Amino acid sequence: MVEFTLWDILRNLLLAARWTVALSLIAFVAGGALGLLLVLARTLPAGAVGRWAGRCVALHVEVFQGTPLLMQLFLAYFGLALLGLEVSAWLAAALALTLHASAFLAEIWRGCIEAVPRGQWDAAASLALTRSEQLRRVIAPQALRIAIAPTVGFLVQVIKGTALASVIGFIELAKAGTMITNATFRPFAVYACVAAIYFAMCYPVSAFSRRLERRLNGAR
Amino acid sequence: MVSLDFAAVLEQWPLLVQGIGATIWLVALAATLGGFLGIACAWARTWGPKPLAWLAAGYVESIRNTPFIVQLFVIFFGLPSAGVRLSPEWASALAMVINLGAYAGEIVRAGVEATPRGQVEAGLSLALTPGQVFRRVVVPPALARVWPAMVSQIVIVMLGSAVCGQISARELSYFANLIQSRNFRAFEAYLVATAGYLVLAIALRRLLLWVGPRFLFGTVWRG
Repeated sequence: MVEFTLWDILRNLLLAARWTVALSLIAFVAGGALGLLLVLARTLPAGAVGRWAGRCVALHVEVFQGTPLLMQLFLAYFGLALLGLEVSAWLAAALALTLHASAFLAEIWRGCIEAVPRGQWDAAASLALTRSEQLRRVIAPQALRIAIAPTVGFLVQVIKGTALASVIGFIELAKAGTMITNATFRPFAVYACVAAIYFAMCYPVSAFSRRLERRLNGAR
Repeated sequence: MVSLDFAAVLEQWPLLVQGIGATIWLVALAATLGGFLGIACAWARTWGPKPLAWLAAGYVESIRNTPFIVQLFVIFFGLPSAGVRLSPEWASALAMVINLGAYAGEIVRAGVEATPRGQVEAGLSLALTPGQVFRRVVVPPALARVWPAMVSQIVIVMLGSAVCGQISARELSYFANLIQSRNFRAFEAYLVATAGYLVLAIALRRLLLWVGPRFLFGTVWRG
């Protein structure tokens, strides 16, 4: 029987934490890209196409914000298999987390765009800027400033969300914790280490987000 | 062609109903106790003595920066080594209360901090004790101010409770898992459960937004 020291536990957990970081970054970046498309679809001018696109985005947001991330992971995992695709837990987790993040980011950014006073659109329009120029040159720079703090804050949610990928068998920090527990029979020590590593990853991000928010409010 | 068989899942409806009932029970318990814990936390951080304020801040930050599933595992798998053995259901309920308490503490604190100074002074000048002022003057309008955020958080905790099936707490996702292990219709079983959660989330949000102003903090108070 191999004896595990606390250092062995910590070392193995830290190795697994790399996958948590990788999955978080993929979900955050891909979710951000998709979220951007969604939020752009929502700002289309109010014609037939705009209304239709807006409704689709609203439905996407409602569904992904109104159902558990765990169920989304299961559906991605079993749904892709049903379509006859060779699924790895890795692919299913990345897909589910991306869709999940896109819904939340789209909603956050929509709020930021709506926080820009209506008059800014009108003023830009009166200067004969096209719709896309109004968005690009007048609205987006102002919305971006408001969006930074909550977007960084949402990264914490994504990092914590990746812990659920353990359930469909993706080996990241939480799954490694379970595996090491099964080998060492020291659940309290192992899960306390797991929690500490998550805290070490998330706390700086939340503190940074709070600082950004304070700085922005101070500048107003 | 993909063939789906929802009938095989839906004929197990008594299990689904039982699961929905258990999820409602869990969220009701968590929302009530977690709400009180959150108010206590907000008190400690704004009005409480320094050491208590630090303790509350440490609690809030450590819960907000770790995943719920890890908190659940610490409670369910970790606590027995400290001599505390809980059933899966009670461990889930405890984890949900602790989790919601931290988020609610932060939400209520924002509401408490927005209380105009004069209202507190007015309360004190009427010979109310500081405790009475906090309970009767500060908290009700503070809750009214932050109620939408509070409702969202309770819905998030309800959705998070799906994870409790992983320690075999018998709630909705547990029964979805049970059904798919009987008929191998995993996708359909989880899709039905997901629809159940969506309905629960929409209904819970409506219910709380209706209940709050009518029963929790008096008539609609705009501050």
